[in-house]
Amino acid sequence: MALPKRQTDIGPPKYDQFLPPIIKKNYGKWKYHEELSGGTMVHVAESGDKLYTVRVASPRILSTETIREICDLSEKYCDGYLRFTTRNNVEFLVSDQSKVDPLVAELKQKKYLVGGIGDRVSNIVHTQGWVHCHSACTDASGLVKAIMDDLHEYFTTKELPNKVRLAVACCVNMCGAVHCSDIAVVAVHRKVPTINHELVPKVCEIPTTVASCPTSAIRPNPKDKSVIINEEKCMYCGNCFTVCPPIDIHKPEEDGVAIVVGGKVGSLRTDPKFSKLAIPFFYNEPPRWPKVVAAIRNILETYEKNAMKHERVGEWIERIGWESFFKLTGIEFTFQHIDDFTFARDTFRTSAAFKY
Amino acid sequence: MSGKYKTPMLDELEKGPWPSFVTEIKKAAKKSSMADDELGQLEKSYKTKRGYWKHGGIVGVLGYGGGVIGRYSSLPEEFPGIAHFHTVRINQTSGFFYTAKALKEICDIWDKYGSGLTNMHGSTGDLVLLGTTTENLEAIFAEYSSRGWDLGGSGSAMRTPSCCVGPGRCEWSNIDTLDITYTLTQEFQDELHRPAFPYKFKIKTAGCAVDCVAAIARADMSIIGTWKGNIQIDQAEVKKYADKGMNIQAEIIDMCPTNCMAYDGKTLKINDVECNRCMHCIAKMTKALRSGKEKGATILIGSKAPIVVGSLLSWVIVPFIKADAPYTELKELIRKIIGWWDDTAKPRERIGEVIESEGMRPFLEAIGVPPMPQQVKEPRKDPFFFWSESDFK
Repeated sequence: MALPKRQTDIGPPKYDQFLPPIIKKNYGKWKYHEELSGGTMVHVAESGDKLYTVRVASPRILSTETIREICDLSEKYCDGYLRFTTRNNVEFLVSDQSKVDPLVAELKQKKYLVGGIGDRVSNIVHTQGWVHCHSACTDASGLVKAIMDDLHEYFTTKELPNKVRLAVACCVNMCGAVHCSDIAVVAVHRKVPTINHELVPKVCEIPTTVASCPTSAIRPNPKDKSVIINEEKCMYCGNCFTVCPPIDIHKPEEDGVAIVVGGKVGSLRTDPKFSKLAIPFFYNEPPRWPKVVAAIRNILETYEKNAMKHERVGEWIERIGWESFFKLTGIEFTFQHIDDFTFARDTFRTSAAFKY
Repeated sequence: MSGKYKTPMLDELEKGPWPSFVTEIKKAAKKSSMADDELGQLEKSYKTKRGYWKHGGIVGVLGYGGGVIGRYSSLPEEFPGIAHFHTVRINQTSGFFYTAKALKEICDIWDKYGSGLTNMHGSTGDLVLLGTTTENLEAIFAEYSSRGWDLGGSGSAMRTPSCCVGPGRCEWSNIDTLDITYTLTQEFQDELHRPAFPYKFKIKTAGCAVDCVAAIARADMSIIGTWKGNIQIDQAEVKKYADKGMNIQAEIIDMCPTNCMAYDGKTLKINDVECNRCMHCIAKMTKALRSGKEKGATILIGSKAPIVVGSLLSWVIVPFIKADAPYTELKELIRKIIGWWDDTAKPRERIGEVIESEGMRPFLEAIGVPPMPQQVKEPRKDPFFFWSESDFK
């Protein structure tokens, strides 16, 4: 069968053709919104019009079969209008209030989790992992599933002092905002990569490989037309592996994940923050990473118990001090916690005022 | 087609209340041997704790240098269905709004040519189609582009811009994030499809400082809506918050970072000169408070993930710029910023890294932005500052 005629550089279709009539009418004229439950909210326009949103969880990896089911539901209850959130939830955009409860009922009957709105744990932003990435040193989807199976009540109903944004990155490339999340998992290597000296000259550009190292640990090895790694300087970022695959950074039995905490992106109350190291290492324990799941619950529950209303995880920790964070959570403080990289000097304490 | 593999470890991840990605892969595997082999290889990864994907190869569609990421299994004999398993990035709609009709059409094409697996959505924002072969790429592109869909960015190029829901459904948005994103995507089609930059360049647009698209953390250029003028107060609604049990003193006044608010039990007062527009009070009392009437955007530059010398958050470059259609000033600014970066960067250097190594001054001079205290947290502490000839006048 002949293919249709291709077009180039047309860009995406214009957004307005996907907006429900109520949004077109009230575009930019929303007055306020109210949360109706953990997964439903209403936006009220200056005109008085009301738009109801029903949010459900998604594993981000979706089959066409599930997308079609979601589409069928949106056709049944909201004229086929739906959207996705920046955290990969699905939102049904309902303009007829009488259809909200039946939609929620059918979603629940079909085992969708309705939630993610307000001071709760929303969906975990995550990366491809073993499912589809060459540099993954853990499986992001599996970790997310295991963590959210444990925390699902914080998605659907239970409230926290403020929203808590979780993320999982399957390597230090951190596709997604892992470096500025309330609690995040990042997979890390711990051993100097192994070089395949036969392959390096065939597939790698030596100057690019040398330049890829942030700690200048790589130098050319003219004899083998390969490179040499200074083991003292290597901090296992894997950037050399990205530009030169025969430098293998993967060591399955020694790879694993770290947990970082206290980041945020909003400017509310305090400046946006990077996440900082809480726990330097757990071994990969597929399929359910039980120690990682337990550690995240511990941090979340300690925050829930101790933070003031509206404090994000990072704001709570800054108020009580990191020394108190380690005490309250019972997390061991190690050499790995003390920075020896780019930002190190800003992190050493320069005051005689601190707590025990 | 499905069920070629026993997957006891992955089956564990079909249990529990959270929606299961394993179930999604199995659903796709009912129709696609590619998805079934994906499942088989993934089970092997779970057993051996390592991935089996090779680095991305150079594949694509005629006339484009990006939009498709080559992906090959390193075990093609064992899992022939995923010997090729390329990613196709479809440029998403602004704000991720869709209709069922459009999405079903996307699914129909994908079932015909690919694994039936997607990411809704990828980290940059694209609608990601996971898993197809090199020979299918031209057909996929013809099918989608003839129906009005185009590919997103990849490689050393402008990446697919993305944004928050904005004026589509949010009372806090100070700018038209959906239209800005659509307009900039159209403006930079060539830069998006034909990688000619030193490295990637991401643009994300958020309607306010709540930043629901994490623009400040993961975009080389972060466009964040802001305002000038006084926060508009509806005192009757303030009272209703108090009547419903909000402790306005503790939750609003005491949490204001600039101590510019006061409440005597009847009237809420804001000393707007001291307000830094952080959004806390507006977000917590959305019925009572609205941002000031003069709208615009703050332009910040440089954020990125930690590879290689540490993460960066974007830095304020232009504190306030008008951001109304047709966005002429904004487009010109972006061209200047990209131009300087393109001229100055070494290969694989993000713009934030270049500014760090070259200094802020050459960057600001190149784009014609004067020094302003809003650009820094504090002035320098060291006495080692440069002078240029232009300073001796």
